Amino acid sequence: MIEARNLTKRYGDRLAVDDLSFIVKPGIVTGFLGPNGAGKSTTMRMIVGLDRPTSGSVTVNGKPLSEHLRPLAEVGVLLEARAIHSGRTARNHLLAMAATAGIGRRRVDEVIDLVGLNEVADRRAGRFSLGMGQRLGIASALLADPDALILDEPVNGLDPDGVRWIRNLLRDLAAEGRTVFLSSHLMSEMALTADHVIVVGRGRLLRDQSMADFIADAGGNVVRVRSPQARRLASILRSRGLDVRDVADGALEIDGVSSDEIGLAAATEHLTVLELAAKSASLEEAYMALTDDQVEYRSISRINEDETDKVAA
Amino acid sequence: MSSHPSNYAMTLTEAPRRTRVHSEPVTLTRAVNSEWIKFRTLRSSWAILGAGILAMLFFAAIVGLQVRHLKPDLQPADISPSGTLQGYYLVQLLIGALGVIFVSGEYGTGMIRSTMTAVPKRVPVLWAKLLVFVAIIAISMILVSFAAFFVGQAVISSTRPAFSLGSPGALRVVVGTGLYLTLLGTIGAGLGWIVRNTAGSLVSFVTLALVLPVLFGDALGHWGKHVGEFFPTAAGAAFSNSVPEQPSLSPWVGLSVMAAWAVITLVVGYWALRRRDV
Repeated sequence: MIEARNLTKRYGDRLAVDDLSFIVKPGIVTGFLGPNGAGKSTTMRMIVGLDRPTSGSVTVNGKPLSEHLRPLAEVGVLLEARAIHSGRTARNHLLAMAATAGIGRRRVDEVIDLVGLNEVADRRAGRFSLGMGQRLGIASALLADPDALILDEPVNGLDPDGVRWIRNLLRDLAAEGRTVFLSSHLMSEMALTADHVIVVGRGRLLRDQSMADFIADAGGNVVRVRSPQARRLASILRSRGLDVRDVADGALEIDGVSSDEIGLAAATEHLTVLELAAKSASLEEAYMALTDDQVEYRSISRINEDETDKVAA
Repeated sequence: MSSHPSNYAMTLTEAPRRTRVHSEPVTLTRAVNSEWIKFRTLRSSWAILGAGILAMLFFAAIVGLQVRHLKPDLQPADISPSGTLQGYYLVQLLIGALGVIFVSGEYGTGMIRSTMTAVPKRVPVLWAKLLVFVAIIAISMILVSFAAFFVGQAVISSTRPAFSLGSPGALRVVVGTGLYLTLLGTIGAGLGWIVRNTAGSLVSFVTLALVLPVLFGDALGHWGKHVGEFFPTAAGAAFSNSVPEQPSLSPWVGLSVMAAWAVITLVVGYWALRRRDV
């Protein structure tokens, strides 16, 4: 379990993390979301003691990490920034890490196997591809079979096989009762992996809720219907007080109803329905809706689009 | 834990560990073991150490040959017990750089983030690196100083009377050269902890060890020479050279001043390590 209380980090006059309080519970995968510069990496660095909070505190399994006797067994960490000496082989890197915890060569060989680095374990890490470096970082995190895992962008650079492997691994570890705290910008991947989300923007907590609630809150349900008699259907639905939109391909979208209601309404009026589907918002849509005004570093094209929108309006 | 917000959390904190891998608490011994693995698994460590050993022996032989043939431009220092140890002038740069990169290399590559999450108390890493570095450098450099002394004197002795370890001051300068290099490397490591960036720490090392003593000695007149005596290399040379540049501190004061520099850089590095973000 990871617990942050009023966690704050100031760099000069920039507030990177602003009064953040949350609990990452064991037994589930918790996703940590937010735009670039929202303070995710800084928060993770504070959890493992690399950065000192300006104020507030954060504990791992009840204590600051530095007060634990066996830090590697409490929490395994994969940070987004490189954390491996480029001149050392993967095996020697792991042996040096393992030595601090009295862990032997057998376990080192085991994690090398686990992450699939056998072929390259005796090659210097400086020659590793992004994905191989990522696997080595994951191997370091798993070395002492820790109670909690903190992973910053773990799927970065992994091939589809690796992405699926890490998803299953994290879900299994959580199912064993471990704490898994994970950041990623890949919303589709996060939607498959995480049960709970903590969303930050500009260093502040925006959401701390289950994945299902987060998505439901974002847009609720939308029903899409396609009919050759779309005009009549639309006016009938509008007469019932429903909010009906025309969509580009001739279909209609209706907010805040179930597909049953639309289907029954069409049937009573003897209208033909060619397609009827309940659409729920995706994590990506929910995330975008929440963080749109929180984005710190916006790309030029997005800014231009916004300007164009304003001119058009 | 008394201020914990929920009982649910309390029970989970105290739940039995799920880990299946046996691990031991972090101790200084384990940190030393880890640092020893780190030192010996980098090619650069051995390349620099090997170059230092070869340089000491090579210059011992060169100086020995010069003395043997009594070349006309010989200095009094060449014909002294420390004469055949003059390779130290190059080796001090190598060992200083080795000390610097043993620390700054971790910052430059990002390894420090792994190191400090494995040992989040941080300070044991500084002690462990110090112990590993001092042990390796002291042993290897004292041994190579003896070797250089014997090689040089063996070359000389074929035609001229040579020094032995029993000659006055000979044992002091032989052991002293090893200590000098060890202390200077330690100062390099201390600067690594302070500056962290490799290029920056190397420049500050060269400035402190080589540039400032010369600048004070040559460019700033009489008082400059007296300030110059207190820089680490000038002070240490008072102990490790039989005929040091004048003016010079007495041998034991010189060694103490050099050791004080090593302690000061480590104390500042220690303070920086505890205080700053990694």
